[in-house]
Amino acid sequence: MKILKDRLFKFMVIFFALLILLPLFSIIFMIFKNGFSVINLEFLTTLPKPPGETGGGVLNGIVGTLLLVFFASLIAIPLGLIAGIFLYEYREKKIGEVLTTFVDISQGIPSIVVGIISYLWIVKRMGHFSLISGSFALSLIFLPIVAKSTKETLKMIPVYIIEASLSLGVSYPRTILKVVLPSSIGGILSGILLGISRISGETAPLLFTAFGNPFLNFNILKPVSSLPHLIFVYAISPYDNWRKYAWGCSLILVIFVSLMSFLNKLLLKKWKIKF
Amino acid sequence: MEDKILKIENFYAGYGSLEVLKNINIEIEKNKITAFMGPSGCGKTTLIRCINRMHELNKEAYHKGEIYLEGESIFKMEPVILRKKVGMVFQKPNPFPHLTIYENVLAGYIINGIKLKKEERDRIVEENLKKVALWNEVKDKLYSRGTHLSGGQQQRLCIARTLALNPEILLLDEPTSSLDPKSTVEIERLLEKLKENVTVIIVTHNISQASRIANYVAFIYLGELIEYGKAEKIFTSPENKITEEYLSGKFG
Repeated sequence: MKILKDRLFKFMVIFFALLILLPLFSIIFMIFKNGFSVINLEFLTTLPKPPGETGGGVLNGIVGTLLLVFFASLIAIPLGLIAGIFLYEYREKKIGEVLTTFVDISQGIPSIVVGIISYLWIVKRMGHFSLISGSFALSLIFLPIVAKSTKETLKMIPVYIIEASLSLGVSYPRTILKVVLPSSIGGILSGILLGISRISGETAPLLFTAFGNPFLNFNILKPVSSLPHLIFVYAISPYDNWRKYAWGCSLILVIFVSLMSFLNKLLLKKWKIKF
Repeated sequence: MEDKILKIENFYAGYGSLEVLKNINIEIEKNKITAFMGPSGCGKTTLIRCINRMHELNKEAYHKGEIYLEGESIFKMEPVILRKKVGMVFQKPNPFPHLTIYENVLAGYIINGIKLKKEERDRIVEENLKKVALWNEVKDKLYSRGTHLSGGQQQRLCIARTLALNPEILLLDEPTSSLDPKSTVEIERLLEKLKENVTVIIVTHNISQASRIANYVAFIYLGELIEYGKAEKIFTSPENKITEEYLSGKFG
């Protein structure tokens, strides 16, 4: 009877685990099936052609996404690190607890709301859509992720490492910068990569900010395209080959995000610090 | 005529409403090994943490009274400067996990942002690793992480790191309590050699360890200094009854 129960339990666990994985695998399968045939050199290296003409690619979207993520990182990573150190430092004080709650809440703000806010703050004042307003919107999503993961990683550094540094006549701020921060590098990088994966797939905040652009753009004051935005535009278009392109863009994004998580694993292994 | 390097006068310390140390008066001899001995919780660790002002890092901590290092009150010094003169080795070996063995020895310089020439760095590393008898064991892997060493090696690395700053006093807080007997013996031998150049204060609850290495012994019980004097004297004919009971193993 007991053996039977054990077996039943094991069966249930495996069954439900597979059940959960099923949709995941079917999504990935679907994207590969529809996207793989679309991707070729032309798709990756040329600009879109007007509807009706065949050929063309999504270079504007690839470059746009990279630029958006780059400038968002430029804003969010330093600020997030500083915020994370602050949250760590004041974790036992009222202000730290309150701010941590705010950071948690801001992680849950729907991305479309972030888009509207960036629209009001930046796009409306500048008078036009731009790369930088898109990066700003993405950085609002990115920042709490970096801050939170930095704080959590710093918290794991044992007190005796901090004491070791202080006992060598190192000041407290220097101890944080030169001992605690470098010892947490693995966890902090992993938070950053997680944030990059997250924002590279965001669409909603870009609709009001980066807007989209059928041409290549490197000017931070001009509108720019992005992969998620292209997916949105192509997927709802009436043209068959455009809809195919939406699959191609999806596949590129999925590969990019997988690469990030692969890199994450690699970095964690390399930077893993044993206490 | 013997030199007193450290004087502790009418010293009280504790945390919040808990008084850990009561009216401690003691003078530490230069270039000798002094052991602070007593049962767990007697305040000996608190006392040495006061000497390099690590005690006050605790938010609740307070202290009253004076400690003089070579005549100068340590509470009037910058803690950062004091801690270079009074180095500390902890109960649990704590090499910096993000640094190599080489960098760990130089940690006091590297983390403080003090620039040294390559030859000087090499000299400090070799010299101090030799002082702690670790050089031969690690000279071929100076650039691997300090945390990859065994516990006893890590602890000697931590002593080397502290000595690299040329401290006047070396505080050791039960440095062998997490080590195996062989590593313990190695560290004890090392301390006897070190006292030629540095004053050693070691906290221990291990009576036989104190008797093996200490020149002077301070017996602390329930936050009070019960007896202090030459080690031979304390171990052969203690004046205080509590000391005698402790040494004979009646409590502790």
